[in-house]
Formats: sequence, structure tokens, C-alpha cells
Amino acid sequence: MKRLALITLLGFALPAFADRMPLPANTPASFKAECASCHLAYPPALLAAKDWQRTMAGLKDHFGTDATVDAKTAQEITAFLERNAGNSDRLGSAGEPPRITQTARFIRKHREVSAKTWSDPRVKSAANCEACHRGAANGSFSEREITLPSGLK
Amino acid sequence: MKTLATLSLMLISIAAHAETPQQIRQIYATEAAAQQTGFSPSAKRGETLFRQRFALNDKMPACTSCHTDSPLNAGQHSVTGKSVKALAVAANAERFADPAKVEKWFGRNCKEVVGRACTPAEKADFVAYMSEVR
Repeated sequence: MKRLALITLLGFALPAFADRMPLPANTPASFKAECASCHLAYPPALLAAKDWQRTMAGLKDHFGTDATVDAKTAQEITAFLERNAGNSDRLGSAGEPPRITQTARFIRKHREVSAKTWSDPRVKSAANCEACHRGAANGSFSEREITLPSGLK
Repeated sequence: MKTLATLSLMLISIAAHAETPQQIRQIYATEAAAQQTGFSPSAKRGETLFRQRFALNDKMPACTSCHTDSPLNAGQHSVTGKSVKALAVAANAERFADPAKVEKWFGRNCKEVVGRACTPAEKADFVAYMSEVR
């Protein structure tokens, strides 16, 4: 009985845990300065290490923008991303160039989002987590903290 | 040659310590004056640069594409949708306070929107406009 309770508790705890991805306390300042100006500081767990490596190797053309950083910074950020990367088996392929929004996990989690919501100017892009995930800046993606822009459902 | 080295060192040391938009404007103005005798920063020219449509980049034809028509307003990144804090010092005291950061964003945004590096004169004018606009 005790065991069953434990398993049940774990069952509740796990999904909640997966939606809580705050940046680690030792996140280098360069990560926030270089990777969180044009978009949210995406939790490293949202891509696999090999996909972060490809992303960091391709900063010269980062989705149309030259986002290159100096060699020392690149090394620091890459090491940080590798240390905290997600499990590639659970995320699924991120495509080429790697996109968080192409991973099977992202697609599964967002299958209920309508085309109208995606194209709303307040959302603008699937890269804009904060448009709906109010706690995204703190790494919180729980269902409870989802608020679609007014008029959308 | 020695004078040049001293001057560069002085500029670097100013740059490392500058903390106000006035100081940052002065760094660029000094650089511009070395190329153009009698240069003086102009907020009006800065505003013209801010509003100019370069139209080299579909998503970002002008500074205003992300920063809106008024630098006193918060903007929105035209690709990612992320909110962008106001550029004008009057609306956001954190702006133009870190020379390395200012230089980095001139570097990135001029390349992307203007299609080339901005000149020291353009940077001085731009900082003047952002410091003075109310």
C-alpha cells in the first residue's frame, strides 16, 4: 500500500518536474547576455547536447541573424549547454538547423494550440514562449501558468 | 605615433569606466571628430537615422521595426516576438550605460538593418537622440 502511494506520488511529481526548468544557479552571465536578448533564455533541457553543439557552431547564421560571440564566450556557453542539455531520446530529432519547436516533445505538448493562436501578432512566433507561458522567464512551463492572449483559445 | 597610442589608451580607459550616456556619446564624438573636423553630435540627425527605412532586411527594414516609432515605447522583436525595453534614456535609465554593450548592439543592429557598420558620427548622433528625446 505504501509502495502504491509512493508510485502514485511519483506519477504526479514527474510531469510537474518536467515543466519546471529554472536556469541553474551557476548559469554563466554570458548565457543571459548573449542568448536572452532577442529571445527568452531557453532552458538548456529543451535540446539535446548534439543539437546545442550544432546551434553554437552555426551562430554566424542563427535563423538569419549573425549572433556570433567571441571564442571564449562560445566555449563557456557551449559547455554550459552541454552540461544541462536534455535527453535526446525523449526530445526526439530537432531537425536541421536544430529547432526546439521541431522536437517531438514540443510538438506533442503544443498539439492543442490553434493556427489562429500561432499567427496572432501578440504571439508572432513559436519562439515567443512568454506570450502564453507567463512563468517562462523563470523556467516555469506548467499548465497552470498558461494564459493565452485575450480573445484566443 | 606615441600620441596616438596615448589617445587610444585614454579612450579605452574612458570606455571601461564610462557609465553615462553623455560619456558614451563623447567617446563616439571624439572618434568622429578625428575623421571630420568640427564634428558635433546632433540629436536631429540621430532621429533621422532612427526613422530611416533601409529596407535591406524584410523583417527589419528600419530601427523602428522592433523599437516602434517612438523610442520612449517598449518594442517587440520582429522575428521572435520578445518584448524589447524602451531605447530612450528618459524611459529606461539602463540604456547607454555600458560602452561594451552599446558597441555590441550597434555592431549587430547596424550590420543587420543598415547593412554595414555605423560610423562613429552616426553612433554619436544616435546616442544624442536617445539621450535627449522626451
